[in-house]
Amino acid sequence: MKSVRIGCGAGFSGDRLEPAVDLAERGDLDYLVFECLSERTMALAHLDRSKNAEGGFDPLLAERMRAVLPICRRNGTKIISNMGAANPRAAACEVIRIARSLGLGGLRIACITGDDVLGLIASTETSYAGHDELPAGWRDDLISANAYLGAEPIVQALHQGADVVLTGRTADPSLFLGALAYEFSWGADNWQILGQGTLVGHLLECAGQLTGGYFADPGYKDVPELAQLGFPFADVASDGSATLSKLTGTGGLISRATCIEQLLYEVQDPAAYVTPDVTADFSAVEIQPTGFNEIHVSRATGGPRPAELKVSLGLWGGYFGEGQISYAGSNALARARLAQSIVEERLAAAGLLELECALMGVNAIHGQALSPPASEIHEVRLRVAGRARSMLDAEKIRREVEALYVNGPAGGGGITGCARRLVAVESILIPREAVQCHIHMEMA
Amino acid sequence: MRVREIAHARTGDKGRQLTISLIAYRPEDYFFLLDCITESAVSELFAPVIVAPVLRYEIPTLHSLNFVLRRAPEKSVTRSISLDTHGKCMGDVLLDMELTGN
Repeated sequence: MKSVRIGCGAGFSGDRLEPAVDLAERGDLDYLVFECLSERTMALAHLDRSKNAEGGFDPLLAERMRAVLPICRRNGTKIISNMGAANPRAAACEVIRIARSLGLGGLRIACITGDDVLGLIASTETSYAGHDELPAGWRDDLISANAYLGAEPIVQALHQGADVVLTGRTADPSLFLGALAYEFSWGADNWQILGQGTLVGHLLECAGQLTGGYFADPGYKDVPELAQLGFPFADVASDGSATLSKLTGTGGLISRATCIEQLLYEVQDPAAYVTPDVTADFSAVEIQPTGFNEIHVSRATGGPRPAELKVSLGLWGGYFGEGQISYAGSNALARARLAQSIVEERLAAAGLLELECALMGVNAIHGQALSPPASEIHEVRLRVAGRARSMLDAEKIRREVEALYVNGPAGGGGITGCARRLVAVESILIPREAVQCHIHMEMA
Repeated sequence: MRVREIAHARTGDKGRQLTISLIAYRPEDYFFLLDCITESAVSELFAPVIVAPVLRYEIPTLHSLNFVLRRAPEKSVTRSISLDTHGKCMGDVLLDMELTGN
């Protein structure tokens, strides 16, 4: 019976390259997927494109492609990725240049456009339903608007013979579902099987997070050779059930526990995981170990896809300023607290929109209310962060922390600081029909 | 006894939402979690950082619970000025919760 092997070579934009190359080299893969877009990455990519018309795609695209293109060509592995980010056409041109420079003539590169709906969102007066209420005057701060595309354009690109498919904003599991739906000719309204295929994509999409990354808790959950963490792949059957594994000789762990953590990761209602393709239902999934670092997953299902698509909006969100300073040795905590009160007093009249002071090592992560009372500690670091209306005001935060060298308590050191414009992300829903996808195919 | 002794967790984020899974190491402890780690107990635990009652989803076949926490608009992943903008360390608050009873 036909089986398709699909692996994941990246779970975020800056992910490690070596495990992806290893997977391409030794994995005997049919498909290698790189998932590289977080919510904010897209808005930042648009800013990049606004400065350079040929930019706006993933900064590691060239490095990744140089490393895996020759191997994938040799092994007959197709590549699917959202590394097109804000400029899939420019990304495709870059891949063609790289393919030609590596002597890989004849390689077919497809890119998918249509996710960019900025023109539509910016020009109409329609008030869109948001997932959350949108801030007043949000259109004035609009940087980007990208609809989450589904698996269908990827299926079409593969039908047209693509060896490499580059997209912009596509729902993460859909990158995987596209390959599976193409290989097995799954119907676009076969909700049960699309739910199962979406499960496979969802489990793989964060790469190392399935194979023991973001899992280890020494003494509770130990992971062997985490430094040599291998990335996952799935052998998928025509009914969508799959066996998840990783390469022999790599570090990490695939167990029932790692799979459950990843199955529920960033899921709200496990019975209604909404993607552009299907409303997947993971509530009765079976996860069975079938061998060493080998897990079989089945029994996901699904219901009809939503009538609307989620659109991620990039918006200017004011200016951010930050400064940090450390104190160490006995009485460090008292000196850090004194430093905090000094900066708070000096910034009181700075007209900041928001100011947050915290002591790293004491209350900077869970916040004062959720942290136990501090006892004397050997090292503590004051962090002062704030939001301002202007870059000049944001700079005041960094400068007041820096001034603690000469104008603060004794023994402060290791000061760092920054100020930058903030990019925030909100989401809205638009009718599916408002989004038109296009596939552009070129040969190296 | 702390929750960490019998269960593990992973925290994720979607805009203003935080999701925290809680997975029993041993299937038989699932029912204990079901009784102890209620929506109201978790809402109370996270009260300083949430703006709506916590939602709990039950997945008995995976002996797991999934919690959804709603944060204030200024605490969304991309707007927060806190060090952990995502709130990814929040699962450890749940794991450090003291279990009373057995």
